[in-house]
Amino acid sequence: MFDRIWRIVVKEFIELKRDKWQRFRLIVPPLVQMLVFGYAATFEVYHVSTVVLDRDQTQESRELLSRFTFTDRFHIVETASTDAEVAAAIDRSDAAVALVIHPGFANLLRKGQTAPFQVIVDGTNSNTALIALGYVNLIAGQYSADYATDLAHRGVDGKNARLVTVNLEPIPWYNPDLNGRWFFVPGVVGTLTLVLIVSLTASAIVREREVGTLEQLMVSPLRPAELILGKTVPFFLIGLAEVALVAAFGMAWFRVPFFGNPLILLLGTVLFLFSTLGLGILISTVCKTQQQAFASNFFVLNPMFTLSGFSFPISSMPNVLQWLTYLDPLRYYLVVIRGTFVKGVGLDALWPDLLGMTLLGAGLLGISILRFRKSLD
Amino acid sequence: MKLVRIKAMAVKEALQIWRDPFSLLIALLMPLMQMLLLGYGVSLDIKHLPVCVYDRESSQNSQALLKNFQASAYFEIVQVAKGYGEITTSLDRGTCVLAIVVPPDFTERLADSGVTNVQAIVDATDTNTANIAMGYAQAVVGSYSTAAQIEATDAQGRPLQFIAPLDVESRVWFNEDLSSRNFIIPGIIALIMALVGAQLTSLTISREWERGTMELLVSTPVSPMEVMLGKLAPYFLIGQLDAAFCLVFGVFWFGVPFRGSIATLFLATSLFLVVVLGIGYFISVKIKSQVGAAQIGLLLTLLPTTLLSGYAFPIDQMPPPVQAVTYLVFARYYVTALKALFLKGSGIVELAPQLLAMAVYAAAIAFLAARAFRKNLD
Repeated sequence: MFDRIWRIVVKEFIELKRDKWQRFRLIVPPLVQMLVFGYAATFEVYHVSTVVLDRDQTQESRELLSRFTFTDRFHIVETASTDAEVAAAIDRSDAAVALVIHPGFANLLRKGQTAPFQVIVDGTNSNTALIALGYVNLIAGQYSADYATDLAHRGVDGKNARLVTVNLEPIPWYNPDLNGRWFFVPGVVGTLTLVLIVSLTASAIVREREVGTLEQLMVSPLRPAELILGKTVPFFLIGLAEVALVAAFGMAWFRVPFFGNPLILLLGTVLFLFSTLGLGILISTVCKTQQQAFASNFFVLNPMFTLSGFSFPISSMPNVLQWLTYLDPLRYYLVVIRGTFVKGVGLDALWPDLLGMTLLGAGLLGISILRFRKSLD
Repeated sequence: MKLVRIKAMAVKEALQIWRDPFSLLIALLMPLMQMLLLGYGVSLDIKHLPVCVYDRESSQNSQALLKNFQASAYFEIVQVAKGYGEITTSLDRGTCVLAIVVPPDFTERLADSGVTNVQAIVDATDTNTANIAMGYAQAVVGSYSTAAQIEATDAQGRPLQFIAPLDVESRVWFNEDLSSRNFIIPGIIALIMALVGAQLTSLTISREWERGTMELLVSTPVSPMEVMLGKLAPYFLIGQLDAAFCLVFGVFWFGVPFRGSIATLFLATSLFLVVVLGIGYFISVKIKSQVGAAQIGLLLTLLPTTLLSGYAFPIDQMPPPVQAVTYLVFARYYVTALKALFLKGSGIVELAPQLLAMAVYAAAIAFLAARAFRKNLD
């Protein structure tokens, strides 16, 4: 029996060796995609283009605006002299943030009154706008607190008053510098493996049927189980190699650390590959032509990518979509791969996701093998 | 070139699409599915973030602070921890994303020195969520701080103006609620157009080869130019219909504002379609196998549109060499134009650079595509 499985495995690898295009597909696009994703997928907010309008021109107004100059979050691209210029800069997208100080700003402050500080944000990119607004509030709040302290110490209102402040001390865990690449690079490993292995498995079986060689295999002394094993083992091995290749490349190129236990990642990868192989065989039993198998990319893999939490948090989705994510093997694998890479957590934290992948993998493989055997009869 | 022959070619191609269930599926079902999936699934808005609290003081003050977190729509307290160990477990398992720790000397230090700290331990694995969560937590603590200050100042009998000298009046333009849906949906239209256009046309010539009808096509009295125009016309129409569908769906189903002019949108969409269809046609002529053509088409259109067009990931945050590459990604201009048309209501004058860039692209691609098809059989 092992001898027969082994022959099928050898046959698959010979086919792969002959197919130059297939070999190219296994190496080059994944690495290119890792590079593009690593550089392009970012939600970080630095050097936000900013236009300033200082119509007060006092020590106070300059001090406030200089605080925006000395942070790498904002980049002052234009100093306007009228409101119309400010509006034009935002309209043309030259600047995403406008800081406006009206005349009389310092006077109000010196008298101990509240002075307005006008901030206009281009909300087109809601995420950047939200984070930039957070930074504006932080800087302005700091200025405000400093000014109040200063006033109190100088005893402007006659008394040397006491101030009360509650500060928030943020402590980011797992990724102290909030480096977005630590989030995206492990995610890309999972996503690429899903897309590659599912489409490879599906198209290999469909091609055999299209070319007509599946009949030849059926009349050979192979049993259905042997045929399925022989067909999937090569892709399982390719999947493991692919994960190792892409992960090593991502770690070396983008300097993403690995804090966890490699054996847990290996276990997770094996379970994940079961799901992807099951999905591939399932697609091959539904699709009659390679073209249809290719189209399954859009109807199966694309939704899985969107629902996996790769870049958009699952908790922000509507409930119905959140339920659907439980059927997505990539969802669990991303938790495992990020858990081992960045969080360095062990089985005690990851067992629910490993269990989820086990159930999903068993279900997908079971259904697909049943359907595959039927299609052989 | 004769209009009659182009029309005949177009009718033939349209019939072929109509009779091919796979093409119809991509042309009609795909936009609806993508629109629903991405419209609902792609959101960066944060609500009800799971929070764990560890109150080491359990005083009236500390409880009041934590109530402010409970009251915020952005946070939901899911766990009251009794030690750092519990916090570590919850963050490790991902059952909470943020842990607020009130120190045991919270009130004491407030009374003594007037300054006290609250710890916010945040799971920074998802850096964007962590960033936004910290911003909201700052706001909650900030407003508590101001309230505490008012109370203290009041007790001292001083005027209240000194508390917050600066009043940040923030105005958000174009997307007043900062809804990420308004930001994502216009970009999705570009994504769908790229997907549908390139996928369908990338099959149009390779299908003739695979079905053996190429000899027929070569022996009919039509010029290569007529073949191209006739073959692409039905797809152009489908593309426009899909764009119209996306517009109507986005505006009426998802409530995204459309502030620009339909005519400008039509112009931009037409230019974009010429580029996408041209690329698909070019690939189809050059690569004879249907699957190969479809794969190359996907690689050249969908990947750059997803990552490098600015549809979700802001271009200005990418490293300069990657930013330079995005100028080559034609979808970048369409996505910029779409966002400006939907949210800013920009006119044809403001969008002139984008439209011009797309026109140059369209001309170049049309030229290449027109020269690609030759009437011979080898």
